[in-house]
Amino acid sequence: MSGPTYETVETDVLVLGAGGAGLRGAIAAAEAGARVLVVCKSLLGKAHTVMAEGGVAAAMHNVAYQDTWEVHFADTIKGGKLLNDWRMAELHAKESPERVLELERWGAVFDRTWQGRIHQRPFGAHTYPRLAHIGDRTGLELLRTLQDRAVHTSGVGVHMEVTVVRLLKADGRVAGALAYRRSDGSLILYRCASLLLATGGTGRMYRVTSNSWESTGDGTALAYDAGAQLRDMEMMQFHPTGMVWPAGVRGILVTEGVRGEGGVLRNKDGERFMERYDHERMELSSRDIVARAINSEVNAGRGSPHGGVFLDITHRRPEFIKSKLPSMYEQFLKLAKVDITKQPMEVAPTIHYAMGGVRVDPETGASTVPGLFAAGEVAAGLHGANRLGGNSLSDLLVFGKRAGEGAASAAKSNPAAATAKLDSKEIDGAVAALMAPLERPAGENPYRLQLEIQEAMTKHAPIVRDGAGLEAGLDAILELRRRAGACGTGGSDSIAFNPGWHTATDLHSMLVNAEALLRSALERRESRGAHARSDFPKVDDAFGAINFIVEETPQGMVVKAEKRAPMPGYLADAVQHSYARYTPEEME
Amino acid sequence: MMEISDLDLNIWRGDATGGDIVSYRVPVREGMVVLDAVLWVQSNLAADLAVRWNCKAAKCGSCSAEINGFPRLMCKTPIAEYEGTVSVRPMKAFPVVKDLVTDVSWNYEVNKEIPPFTPSEQDMTSSEPWRMQQKDVERSMEFRKCIECFLCQDVCHVLRNHDAKSVFYGPRFMIRIAGLEMHPRDTLDRRPLLKGKAGAGYCNITKCCTEVCPEHIKITDNAIIPLKERMDDVYFDPVRAALRRLGGGKKNRTDA
Repeated sequence: MSGPTYETVETDVLVLGAGGAGLRGAIAAAEAGARVLVVCKSLLGKAHTVMAEGGVAAAMHNVAYQDTWEVHFADTIKGGKLLNDWRMAELHAKESPERVLELERWGAVFDRTWQGRIHQRPFGAHTYPRLAHIGDRTGLELLRTLQDRAVHTSGVGVHMEVTVVRLLKADGRVAGALAYRRSDGSLILYRCASLLLATGGTGRMYRVTSNSWESTGDGTALAYDAGAQLRDMEMMQFHPTGMVWPAGVRGILVTEGVRGEGGVLRNKDGERFMERYDHERMELSSRDIVARAINSEVNAGRGSPHGGVFLDITHRRPEFIKSKLPSMYEQFLKLAKVDITKQPMEVAPTIHYAMGGVRVDPETGASTVPGLFAAGEVAAGLHGANRLGGNSLSDLLVFGKRAGEGAASAAKSNPAAATAKLDSKEIDGAVAALMAPLERPAGENPYRLQLEIQEAMTKHAPIVRDGAGLEAGLDAILELRRRAGACGTGGSDSIAFNPGWHTATDLHSMLVNAEALLRSALERRESRGAHARSDFPKVDDAFGAINFIVEETPQGMVVKAEKRAPMPGYLADAVQHSYARYTPEEME
Repeated sequence: MMEISDLDLNIWRGDATGGDIVSYRVPVREGMVVLDAVLWVQSNLAADLAVRWNCKAAKCGSCSAEINGFPRLMCKTPIAEYEGTVSVRPMKAFPVVKDLVTDVSWNYEVNKEIPPFTPSEQDMTSSEPWRMQQKDVERSMEFRKCIECFLCQDVCHVLRNHDAKSVFYGPRFMIRIAGLEMHPRDTLDRRPLLKGKAGAGYCNITKCCTEVCPEHIKITDNAIIPLKERMDDVYFDPVRAALRRLGGGKKNRTDA
């Protein structure tokens, strides 16, 4: 057999992704006795987790003594418009306080209350102040703490700047993966007894997004190609507040912490318009509602000069703003020349988070394919139709740990998987597909195709969708899939750090995610959470008990409706219960 | 958006074997940052132009480079700050991989050598959450803002001009150590490490690192100088030195 050669690397648990979920999973798997290898697309410590600003949600009741796991559970389920996996939501609400305290014992330094406890700030759709935070750079603190913990945990290795393009199976179990090093293009065949996907989101398939180049939905696509089921793929969150101006920074996140600390939204007439959309919770309504409200204001001609609305926190003292929102202050001053202590910000919705992803078992993070696990944004279930701010950091701590333990346990009971015979034809095929763009460097430009995917999704699967648009989007994506099959590298056939080639290899993931989103969105003929349709503008209770499952069949991608088991009585009671409203006596 | 004018963007292209400046003409839009211009070149003129970036919001520290000779984050540097040509080169203190991408792996090796956060046994096992006051954690917090862009390492003359990576950890890891040493619950003494392998004595306080830090961390004033003082207090105080000679050294220190 001619063609490129590859190096073989063996481990017990292979973790894809070095964000919060991947690192927490790696630490858990190593503590359970497994040899762990973490593979990440960028440098260690650069994962998208650093962009989480506002905080980590955990019912520690340090600020509001009334807070309990039941209230956090109820908030999560109501915010997710009942589509959540209730068992995941229960585990998440119960375990997140311990995961946060554990992080503190590992060296994370949170902001404090006057009593010296971890401070908690109010956030959208959380009944009580619940987000443990470090100014507005909570994600960075969390990631750095996990990074230092992981590199000092014996049995954890890290491969940086490596992209995985295919999962490989032996005897029906995931037992390896094919990857290339970005720096020199050399190939690696990973062998493992189990594999944890922690690859994050898929926001890059949209034009205006808070996500980085990495977030191309690799994990969902790898899992789908390996035969795993995906779930809730129609649920894509628009964060209500991204920057809109200047053009170069459009989409960059403006933390919900601004509203948590008292920021108000106004239209061009100076009206605090959230009054009309959610009279009770106002700016701290759930993200789906605030994002659509802003969209409606702009469409009605009441937007700001650059097509957003105004977010104003100037009524707070400058020192308060600079201490609670230091990176927002810096970001606007530097990039938009706006001093947020004196002037309002201009904001508009930006693609932010995928609620859907790989279908997992709540207890262990196991997917529907043996040996394959998932945690964090790439996994589905916890957030249902809409994620609450702060629930992603707690998600990746709680389920990163559980999935790491699940993967370690699977590796322990199936040690032979790491050495079982792989299908050499499958490997050769995957290698050939990976190298193909290099053999036709003058083929279609990968950046062009990426842009067209982004434009198709932005146009056809926007914040408010409709059947005809989704159908047109699906046609466009299928046509782009055909064209991507003949994609080149943009000119160079070099394998040494060639971003043209790298971009070409990411297209497949983006296309799988885009197709799954469009097909699922067509099936959900109602409006619920992040999924709004102008042709079915109402919530339809019949769809409330249904999740859409995506999987590959010989006929191609299919979407099937699956009825969810009803939640047990004690959880239903927690959702029904009416909780006392929080009235802060003193905000600062 | 309106195009204002064209920019002559010079980018260093090459690899470990050598390279040269290549000029590109880029249409400038309002509010454009250097990274936008570089990515425009990548999408339109040079698909294989190697550059690292992630968040595009100065939070991940990936897109470090030398812009008109000054170490900066490309995502945080508006084109409008410059008149005429803008030149972008890779960081000089690290080996070039390709174009604007450098091999920064040495930094990750150094980080592994620093003994991690170590609370007391009692703190570690107690089920009671810790109580710490805001003013007590604030010192440590300043250093934990670091986004690991390594611009301070790039500008540090000990690393940049003398390539003394074997004897000095550099400013990034001085603040890493400071963040641990000043954590109210940490119990380790890293002064032997500072005097030994970390090489805190090599810093001669030119404060270039503070100047380039995109997070505005007062690296020299708030981290390196206090660390030097702590170290000197043990090793270079003549009275203590005499006492030590009589009584023998302390236990419980990390070895360099």
